[in-house]
Amino acid sequence: MPILDHLWIIPLLPLLGSAINGLLGGKWPNTIVNTVALGATGLSFLCALEAVREFLTLSSDKLPFPPQHYFDWIVAGSFRAGFDLEIDQLTVVMLMVVTGVGFLIHIYSTGYMAHESGYYRFFSYLNLFMFFMLVLVMAANYVLLFVGWEGVGLCSYLLIGFYFLKKSASDAGKKAFIVNRIGDFGFMLGMFLLFRTFHTLDFTTLFAAASNPAWGHEAWGQFGTFTIACLLLFMGATGKSAQLPLYVWLPDAMEGPTPVSALIHAATMVTAGVYVVARSHILFVHSETAMVVVAVVGCATAFFAATIGLVQTDIKRVLAYSTVSQLGYMFLACGVGAFSAGIFHLMTHAFFKALLFLAAGSVIHAIGGEQDMRKMGGLSTKIKYTFRTMFIATLAIAGIPPLAGFFSKDAILFSAFQIEGGHPLYAIGLLTALLTSFYMFRLIYLTFYGQPRYDEHHVHVHESPWSMLGPLVTLAVLSVIGGWIAAPALWGGPDYFASFLAPVLTSPQGAEAVNEAAAHQLEIILAIVAVASALLGWGVAYWLYIRQPAKPEQMAKSMRPVYNTLLNKYYVDEFYAAVIIKPLMWISTNVLWKFVDVAAIDGTVNGIASGATSIGDTVRHTQSGNTRSYAVWVVIGALVVIAVIFFWPAARPVVGMVR
Amino acid sequence: MTPQLAIFFVLAALAVLGALNLIIQRHPIHSALSLIVVMIALAGLYLLMGSEFVAAVQIIVYGGAIMVLFVFVIMLLNAGVEERTNVSKLAGVAGIPLAVALLGFLAAAIARSNESAQAGVEAGTLANTKEISTMLFKDFVYPFELTSFLILVAILGAIVLAQREKS
Amino acid sequence: MVPTSYYLILSAVLFGLGVVAFVFKRNVITIFMSIELMLNAVNLAFVAFSQARHQSDGQVFVLFVIVVAAAEAAVGLGIIILMARNRQSLNVERVDFLKL
Repeated sequence: MPILDHLWIIPLLPLLGSAINGLLGGKWPNTIVNTVALGATGLSFLCALEAVREFLTLSSDKLPFPPQHYFDWIVAGSFRAGFDLEIDQLTVVMLMVVTGVGFLIHIYSTGYMAHESGYYRFFSYLNLFMFFMLVLVMAANYVLLFVGWEGVGLCSYLLIGFYFLKKSASDAGKKAFIVNRIGDFGFMLGMFLLFRTFHTLDFTTLFAAASNPAWGHEAWGQFGTFTIACLLLFMGATGKSAQLPLYVWLPDAMEGPTPVSALIHAATMVTAGVYVVARSHILFVHSETAMVVVAVVGCATAFFAATIGLVQTDIKRVLAYSTVSQLGYMFLACGVGAFSAGIFHLMTHAFFKALLFLAAGSVIHAIGGEQDMRKMGGLSTKIKYTFRTMFIATLAIAGIPPLAGFFSKDAILFSAFQIEGGHPLYAIGLLTALLTSFYMFRLIYLTFYGQPRYDEHHVHVHESPWSMLGPLVTLAVLSVIGGWIAAPALWGGPDYFASFLAPVLTSPQGAEAVNEAAAHQLEIILAIVAVASALLGWGVAYWLYIRQPAKPEQMAKSMRPVYNTLLNKYYVDEFYAAVIIKPLMWISTNVLWKFVDVAAIDGTVNGIASGATSIGDTVRHTQSGNTRSYAVWVVIGALVVIAVIFFWPAARPVVGMVR
Repeated sequence: MTPQLAIFFVLAALAVLGALNLIIQRHPIHSALSLIVVMIALAGLYLLMGSEFVAAVQIIVYGGAIMVLFVFVIMLLNAGVEERTNVSKLAGVAGIPLAVALLGFLAAAIARSNESAQAGVEAGTLANTKEISTMLFKDFVYPFELTSFLILVAILGAIVLAQREKS
Repeated sequence: MVPTSYYLILSAVLFGLGVVAFVFKRNVITIFMSIELMLNAVNLAFVAFSQARHQSDGQVFVLFVIVVAAAEAAVGLGIIILMARNRQSLNVERVDFLKL
């Protein structure tokens, strides 16, 4: 079987593209850079398709497909970490999302970045990102996964700070990398703990060992090995996937070019955390505390971010907070045990969020670089394709059936409702869905409806070229039909997506529908409630921004403190700056720099030098040129020898005495 | 007090006094003459111990050659009374303590030793020259030849060094 | 018969006096003579041990010491003559060519 034996081709192609573009692309015209970059990603996508096809046609005796071991990277004692790639159902989903959406975004970027300097650099970084992301999703052990994890963090930094001459962009890149690093610290500790417990970091071996019934279930409040390891891994996931409290980098990351926001901060990199939690589900289900923490953090983040998104004025910021919020939903799903629902939402979210970002980029491109929604308006007739695709994406994210978002969000809320103590989570999740619908339609109305609030004489609104519109249309189609794979569950048929993933992800706890009919009816009711709340949000947005355009201003004025808090993101960044950053900077300056580096280390080195000088200064006096002094030194030397012979018999051979 | 012991003390006192005089005297010629006295006393002690050959060599070589050389050089250089300069502080400070320390060590070493033998030859056995010569020309013939070479080198060196300047 | 230790004490005293002269005298010829004194003291010790043990090694060594002392005296005095010509003084403290 060709590709399945050579899985390494899939990540390698983007790496080659990155290297070629990076090293040679500086002098090339845009078309050649395009060919290399698109060729690499496109070929990778085709290889991934082929690999998936081969995997799906494997006879069942060859399943589960064993990890392909390519070379030994670390061998130390009994620890072995190799460049092992595997492919199973979960990898299939992730592969399709990463390569497919990635390829579309590459096509879009050829149009969007056409006039930027550093064009080749952008594509080099983008391809490098694809490489690392593919390594991450195809890795068969935690160590290689971590390589990909770090690598996508690096590419995120490079791409956020793409306009590095702008201080805010380079600051945002640094912020992203540093906050991610904090999460990575937790991730590494988790890996160490897992290794110490199971003596391997290989997925197949580790999960097989963990499934041993000898490992008991750790109840709520019990901090055993699984709990601690899972919490640490989750800490890494909060960093990478921008959950509380490490989400602060994602809104700032909007400084990067829009395709970057679409690819990295919507569709792929930020979903790495969800992927890790889903992949490690065997470890997570052992620990009730970890599951609760994941669910609660996810739910809280979803709500929190949605509230901030209500009042933001920058179109990309709204989408950024929306991403944080939707990621919260995915973690909520994993936390309540519905891992396949979480992955399902990951997939549909990739479609409509990438579409939203790309369309936003198209809007920004159309009105000449303006990102503030208060300066837009009335664009629906002028940029028709952008408007229509963005509208479809908004319907999807709001959860209006029969688009993709409805099915995935519904699956999550249903699972949340069903588990023990899940009702508060369900309620908050429902409220968040309402808020989501509201702010997304607010975005549509502010941007596309009403009177133009921009200067019509200076800004020439034009539709984007087809290199940008093509991906928009493709993603719009996917946003519509992407959810239908799970649709039959609604009228009693099988959920194809969940059953596809079932060999990898165990069925959610408590979702074994004891009473099929009652559970099914419950699902229908909850679905109707969810749709109702989405429509309610839409209605409120319509009323506030179309019917009574002056109302939002009045509401903001009357609730000024609340409005300001939300507008300033609950002052979280300021809080971090005062509580964490300032003391650290103080320690760095006064303790580490002035004390340790200058006084201690430099002092020691300089001290040794000046010590040598002063010893030399002292010993200098023996060379006085005075013969009588020399005579005295001779006698002193003789005395020393005699003293040695006298007092220290063991040293006699040293001074020449043989007996 | 056996006669040997008495003679020993006399000769020893002579040697020590000679050495002290060497230190005390300010004119080098007086120091040289004192040194000759010391050597003669030591020759006497060698005789007392029964090493007649060494005693003879001591007087002939040391007393008759080396000290004569010293006296000649003192005469040649017109050495006068020693001046009193005090440039080296170290010598002034450390000199006495060093000497005391040295003597202390030596005294302690001697006191610790368990030499119970008596030096000296019994009456009636006085022919150790033969032994010395046998040993010298059999076991130590190589150093013997080397020392003759050494003397040659010394002669050449002395000639070269003491030549009058060709100016 | 005189005990060996008496000879050793005498040898030590003579050696010590030689060291004192070596350190305290300023005339270079006198210093040289103190070296000869020290050598003589050592010779005495050698002969004393040799006679005590009824071995001739010590006395043979004494012969060598005397020969070497003679050679050394010859060359050393040659150097002293040169030094006296150079500095017009026999005071060892005047010889400070190595002083910086």
